[in-house]
Parts: sequence; structure tokens; C-alpha cells
Amino acid sequence: MNFFRFSSPQTFYPLAGRLVPLFAALAAACAVAGLYIGFFVAPSDAVQGEVYRIIHLHVAAAWMSMFIYLVMAFWSAVGLGLGTRLSFYMTQALAPTGAMFCFIALWTGALWGRPTWGAYWVWDARLTSQLLLLFLYFGFIALTRAIDDPRRADKAGAIIALVGAVNVPIIYFSVTWWNTLHQGASVKPGGSSMASVMLWAMLLCALAAWFYSLAVSLARARRIILERERHTEWAAAEIARRGAGGRAD
Amino acid sequence: MKARHKRFLLIGAAVTLLAGATGLVLNAFRDNLVFFHTPSEVAAGEVPKGRTFRIGGMVVHGSVARADDGQTVRFALTDTARVVPVVYKGALPDLFKETKGAVAQGRLGDDGVFVATEVLAKHDENYMPPEAQDAIDRAHRTALSVQD
Repeated sequence: MNFFRFSSPQTFYPLAGRLVPLFAALAAACAVAGLYIGFFVAPSDAVQGEVYRIIHLHVAAAWMSMFIYLVMAFWSAVGLGLGTRLSFYMTQALAPTGAMFCFIALWTGALWGRPTWGAYWVWDARLTSQLLLLFLYFGFIALTRAIDDPRRADKAGAIIALVGAVNVPIIYFSVTWWNTLHQGASVKPGGSSMASVMLWAMLLCALAAWFYSLAVSLARARRIILERERHTEWAAAEIARRGAGGRAD
Repeated sequence: MKARHKRFLLIGAAVTLLAGATGLVLNAFRDNLVFFHTPSEVAAGEVPKGRTFRIGGMVVHGSVARADDGQTVRFALTDTARVVPVVYKGALPDLFKETKGAVAQGRLGDDGVFVATEVLAKHDENYMPPEAQDAIDRAHRTALSVQD
């Protein structure tokens, strides 16, 4: 099978349409299982008691916010290198979801920090670089929306995505490079320092975040495709079909 | 070389250069990026003088003493090499415990006592149920009694 066939918006559009419900269902299943195990089955923590349960949301969101930015950088590089329009559409479809997860990670982290550390916020390297990531997401969204010429907006956004990607390893390794108030990674390649039930709940929540991101960004990519390709015959037909009360599939 | 290969090479080179430059900058500001200093750095005089900074370490076992006013707390922080005595007036976070990590913000007095205005508990990356923690503590005590 030739995957490059799907680099054309016209062939990608129906494929994405078929994948969205699948990923949405998987996301819902993983989220229900992960949150149920995390909040009702997993034991409380020896030191923190019940408050640790927020990690099921916090870690999944934080991982996702970093990973989505790397995927945006990847599509930006592909778009700049090959000139494929769809790559830029994907980058722009991912940005709001990444920003949302970044905000959730910061917000749940603050709620966890108050009872455990004794402070909602501290300016340590981990927290500061994660806040910078949120601003990079906002910057990307603002810049791509502010430029009227879509082609130039694509390029400008791609450059922000690529430049900002340097921040992602800084976030991830900040806890080992510098001493920070934020603890080191509990889950590393090759092992974890968490009880297994807690770990499984957290991994299920992380999977849910993956599937959710796939579903939402593909659905958003379809909207962007229709908007940007509206001058083509097929897209105009699709818009007319949907406008005439066609099923939104 | 095709035009698109050239473009990818250019993108790769630009990102690599940027990452390198960022690395150099972060390395230059290394001392400003640490959240806290260690008791060893305090002993070696490698801490900012005359202004506030943070000390991080483990709360020394048996060092926490509360004064009669019910607010002032004295304890000591160690990085297992050096010890810094700390005095603090205020409420401590729930997770503040002896032999656990803590970060204190304040000034170092001329007498070598660190006068803290804020104390934060530092949590480690271990998550386990209380039963597992009990088992570890018991094993630890057994090991200690065998040594004796």
C-alpha cells in the first residue's frame, strides 16, 4: 500500500472521517477504565494519601502536551521540506489540543503542589519550561491566525513549531539537569518506581489521552481541509453536501 | 542533491544549531537555574551573600524542635555530607517530615543559622501503598538490628 496516497487532502479526508469514531471510542474506553482504576481500585499513597490520584490526569496531560508539540514539529519539518499542504493542516489541527493538555498539566500540578509541597507555584526549571510550552502553543495559534495569507501563515507557524521543539527535551530532562522542586520521573524506559496498580491506571489514562488527541485532531484536520480546499471541486461538493443537511461523517 | 533534500538538510542544520546555542546559554546560566543550593555549597561559601536563596536537603532525623511559642521550628537540612541548621516561623507543609526532603527559602545569618521565610516539602518519585511502605520500613529496621 502506498501511504503517500494519503498525503493528498482529498484521499485523507474520508480516511480521517472513518478513523475519528474509532479513536473516540477507544479514548472513551481507556478513560473510563483508567479513571475507575485510578480513583477507586488503586491504593492510596503511603506519604501523600489520596491527593496523589491527581497524577492520573496530570502525567497523562503533561506527556501529551510535550508529545503533541514534537509531532507538530515533525509535520512542520515535513511540510517545509516537501511542501505538502496536509502537513501544515495537521500541525494546526494539533495545536489547540496540545495547548489544552499543557494547561491541564499546569492546573492539576498546581492543585497537587499546594497540599504536597506547600505552594501552588514555584519558579523551578520544570514548571517554568512547561509554562513556556503553553506560551509557545498560544504563540503558534495566535501567529497562524494573525497572518491573512494562509501559505505564509503555514510557514511562520512551522518555524515557531520547529524552534519551540528545543524546549521539549528541556522540560523532560529539567529534573535531572538541575535540582528542582518537582520530583524526577517515576516512569523511565526500563522501569518505574510506582506500585503496579497505580502505574496501570496512569498508563490507561495516557492511552486515553493519545486516542482522544488522535480523534480530535483528525476531526479538526477535516474542518481545516474543507476550509482551505474550498476552491477545489471535491471540497466544494462536500461543503454543499454537508450544508444541504448531509450527515456530518 | 534534490531541492527537497537541501531543504531538509537546511531545516536539520538550523534546528541543530539552535539546540546547540540553547544548550550553551543554559550551561552559562547553570547557577541561576538551580532551584535550591545544597548544604555542601553553603559550607563552601558558594551561595549568594546578603540576599535570599533556597537550601534543599533531607531533614536530619531527630533535629525538628518546636519552640514554646508554638510557631518557631528549628531543624537541620543535610545532603549527607554537610548540615545546615534552619530556624523558621510559620506553618509547615503536611508532608514535611524528618528524613524526607525539604526546601527552605531565606537568608543565611552570620552565625551560620539559615533563617527561613518559607519551607516547602519536596516529594520523591516513589509512589506506593502504605502496606508496601510498612514492609520496607520493617526490612530496614531488621537490617539495622542485624548490623548492631
